[in-house]
Amino acid sequence: MPTNTVITAANEAFLRRINELSGEKVTRCEQCGICSAGCPLVAEMDRTPAEMMRMVQLGDEDIAKSKTIWICASCFTCTVKCPRGLDPSKVAEALRQLNLRKAVDYIDLMNIPKEEMEILPQIALVSAFRKLTG
Amino acid sequence: MEDKKDIMQIIADANKSVTTGIDSADIEHWVWIHIMGRAYQVPAGLTIMQAMEYAGYKFITSAGCRAGFCGACATMYRKEGEYKLQTAMACQTRVEDGMFLVQIPFAPAQEATYDITKEPYAASTLLEHYPEIARCVACNTCTKACPQDLEVMDYIQDALRGDYKKVAERSFDCIQCGLCAVRCPAEITQFNVGMLARRMYGRYGMTEPEYAKARLTELDQGKYDKEFKKLLAADVEELKKRYAAREREAD
Amino acid sequence: MKIPYYPGCSLKTSAKNLEVSALAAAEKLGIEMVEMPRWNCCGTVFSLTSDDLMHHVASVRNLVRVQEMSENGSVDTTNKMVTLCSMCFNTMKSAAKRVRENAEDLVKINSFMDTEPDYNGNVQVLHLLEIIRDMGFDKVSAKVTRPLEGLKIAPYYGCMLIRPKEIGIDDPEDPTIGAQLFKALGAEIVDNPFKKVCCGAYHTVHNKDTVIELAHDILTHAQEEGGEAISTSCPLCAFNLDNRQKEIKEKYLKFKEMPVFYFSQLMTLAFGLGEDACMFEANYVDPRPLLKSKNLL
Ligand code: SF4
Ligand code: SF4
Ligand code: SF4
Ligand code: SF4
Ligand code: FES
Repeated sequence: MPTNTVITAANEAFLRRINELSGEKVTRCEQCGICSAGCPLVAEMDRTPAEMMRMVQLGDEDIAKSKTIWICASCFTCTVKCPRGLDPSKVAEALRQLNLRKAVDYIDLMNIPKEEMEILPQIALVSAFRKLTG
Repeated sequence: MEDKKDIMQIIADANKSVTTGIDSADIEHWVWIHIMGRAYQVPAGLTIMQAMEYAGYKFITSAGCRAGFCGACATMYRKEGEYKLQTAMACQTRVEDGMFLVQIPFAPAQEATYDITKEPYAASTLLEHYPEIARCVACNTCTKACPQDLEVMDYIQDALRGDYKKVAERSFDCIQCGLCAVRCPAEITQFNVGMLARRMYGRYGMTEPEYAKARLTELDQGKYDKEFKKLLAADVEELKKRYAAREREAD
Repeated sequence: MKIPYYPGCSLKTSAKNLEVSALAAAEKLGIEMVEMPRWNCCGTVFSLTSDDLMHHVASVRNLVRVQEMSENGSVDTTNKMVTLCSMCFNTMKSAAKRVRENAEDLVKINSFMDTEPDYNGNVQVLHLLEIIRDMGFDKVSAKVTRPLEGLKIAPYYGCMLIRPKEIGIDDPEDPTIGAQLFKALGAEIVDNPFKKVCCGAYHTVHNKDTVIELAHDILTHAQEEGGEAISTSCPLCAFNLDNRQKEIKEKYLKFKEMPVFYFSQLMTLAFGLGEDACMFEANYVDPRPLLKSKNLL
C-alpha cells in the first residue's frame, strides 16, 4: 500500500485528473474491499482493485505503472457490486488511457503468432487493441 | 541516373504550364497561393503542379504520369478561412485563391512480404500481415481523404471481416497515393491492405476467365511466335508506326 | 417482425455458426432479421473514459444505419435493432445510451460525422434473447419438435450480456434468461456457480494463461454440477471456453472436453431445423457425439 502520508499538490492534481477522466468520484470509496473480493482477475494483479482506488485517492502515481490496470478486463463485476456505486473499471480505464495517450503500446500487435492469428476471432483482436494499444 | 533526369525533364516540358511563352502582362486572372508557407501569385487555371512549377519549384519526385494515374503527386491543403484539411492530386486539381499547399511525396509504409501461394484465403491473412486494421475506429477520415472517391473505410471494414470480394471491388481504383494512410488515426496503411486483398482475390476468389485460359494455351502452342519474332526484329520507327496504328479498346 | 440486424465481424468468420443458427431460429419465431447495409465494426468494447468520444463514433455510425432503415421502410420496426454477439450488443447499447443522455456528446459526434445524416438519438439496441423473452417462452415451446430431453445444459452468461446493470438484459447477480429458454426447449438446467464469471475476454490474445485458468474454472464447475454442455451468446466466450480446451487439456491432464453451444444452436436443434441450421461442425469440441448419445441427432 502507498506510504505517503502528506498529500502534495501533485498528488491532488493526479487524483483530480483521474476523477475527471473516469467520471468517478474516487474519494467516495470507503475501502470495503468488495471489488477486490469479487474480481475474477485479482490473483494476477500486483494491486487489488481496492488498493488501486486507495492509491488514486492518495494521488500516488505509481498506480499508473502497475500491472493491475492492464490485467483488469473491464468485466464490470466490481461495477455491479460496489456499495458506493463506484465503478473501478472506469478508474482502471482512465489509468490505461493515461499511458496509451502517450502513444505507448502495452502489447506488440506485430508479433502475435501466425497460428493464433488464424484462429482468434476479430472481437478478440479489436478489443485487445482498443484496450492495450494507443 | 542522367537518363532518368532527362525523362523527368522531357515529361515536365511536354506538360509545361499553359502560360509558357505568354507575357505575364497578358494574363488576366491571378490567384494567391502558399506553397510550404511562402506566398506566390500564379495565373489562375493552372493545376497545382503547374502552379508550383510556375512558382519555380522543380519536381524531382512527387510527380510521375501527370495524368492522375500514378498516385505520386499527393497534395494536402487548406483554404483561407476554412478549417478542413483537403487532399488532392496535384496534377489533377486546379489552384484556387488562398490555398495553403504542401506535397506529400511518400506515405511511410512497409509492404508485407508473403508467398501468396501459401496464404490461407481467410480473414486471418489480412489481419496477420496488417493487424492494425483491427484498430479502425470507423471515423471515415480515409474516405474523405481519398482523391479517387473510394469508400476506403468500407473496404477496411470489409477487410476486417475477410470479405475479399468487396475489398477488391471497393479498392480497385486505388492509385496508392497514400493520403488515406497519412490521415488515419489508427495508423492503417489502407492501400497496402487493398493490394494484398486484390491479389488474394485474384488468385483464390475469382473464377479464371475462359478467354485468358484459351490465350495462354495458344501462347504455349507457339501460335504467336512468328509475330513476336517480327516485332523483335523491327526498328524503332516501325514500332512507333505499328503502335500508333494498333487496335484499341474503347476508353 | 422485421428488424435491422447488426452481425458484427466475428459472426462472418469464426462465429458463423452463431449467425446461421440464430437467423434460422428467429425466422421460425417470426422474427425477420434484416442485415444492415454498410455496417462497420462497433469497436467491441465501450470506451469508459469521460472524454473519449472518438471511440463511440463507430457505434453511432451503425445507429445511423438503423435510423435510415426505419425511415426508408426496409423494416417494420421503428428505431430498433437486434444483435447476437454479446460484445456488440453491450458496446452499441452503451454508446446509444451515452449519446441519448448527453446531448452535447451527440452534437459533437454528429458534427464530426459530417458525411452522415444526423443521428436522432432514439435507436434502441436489443439482443435477440430479450426479444424472445418478451415474446414469451411459451411461443418458443410451441415451436419445439424435438425436445432436448435429458440434455443437461449449464447456461453461461459471462459479462457483456448482463453487466453493467443499466445495459444488461437480466439480473446481473442472478441471470436466468438462458435457463428459461433452454427449459422451454425441453433441456435440463444445471446451475453453474461460475455462470457470470469473466472468461478472460481479450486476454486470450496476449495472456493466454489467464484465460486457460478462468475457462478451466468455468467448465469444471459446470461439470461438477452435472452439466454436459455449456451455452453462450458471445463469440469471444465461445472461443475461450471452446477452442482453448485444447490448451486446458494440455495443462490439466484430467480435464474432460465439454461441448460449448451458442444458445441459438440449441434452438435450431429443438426446432428440428436440420443440421445445416445448427452448424455443429464449426464448434471446436464436436457436440454431435453427446447429442447422438441422447438420441437428439
Ligand atoms: S472490471 Fe476489472 S477490477 Fe473490476 S472486477 Fe472486472 S477485472 Fe476486476
Ligand atoms: S467496492 Fe467500492 S467502496 Fe468498496 S473498495 Fe471497491 S470501490 Fe471502494
Ligand atoms: S485508397 Fe488511399 S491510397 Fe488509394 S487512392 Fe484512395 S487515398 Fe489514395
Ligand atoms: S481513417 Fe483509419 S480509423 Fe478512420 S475509418 Fe479510415 S481506416 Fe478506419
Ligand atoms: S503525377 Fe501521377 S497522379 Fe499526379
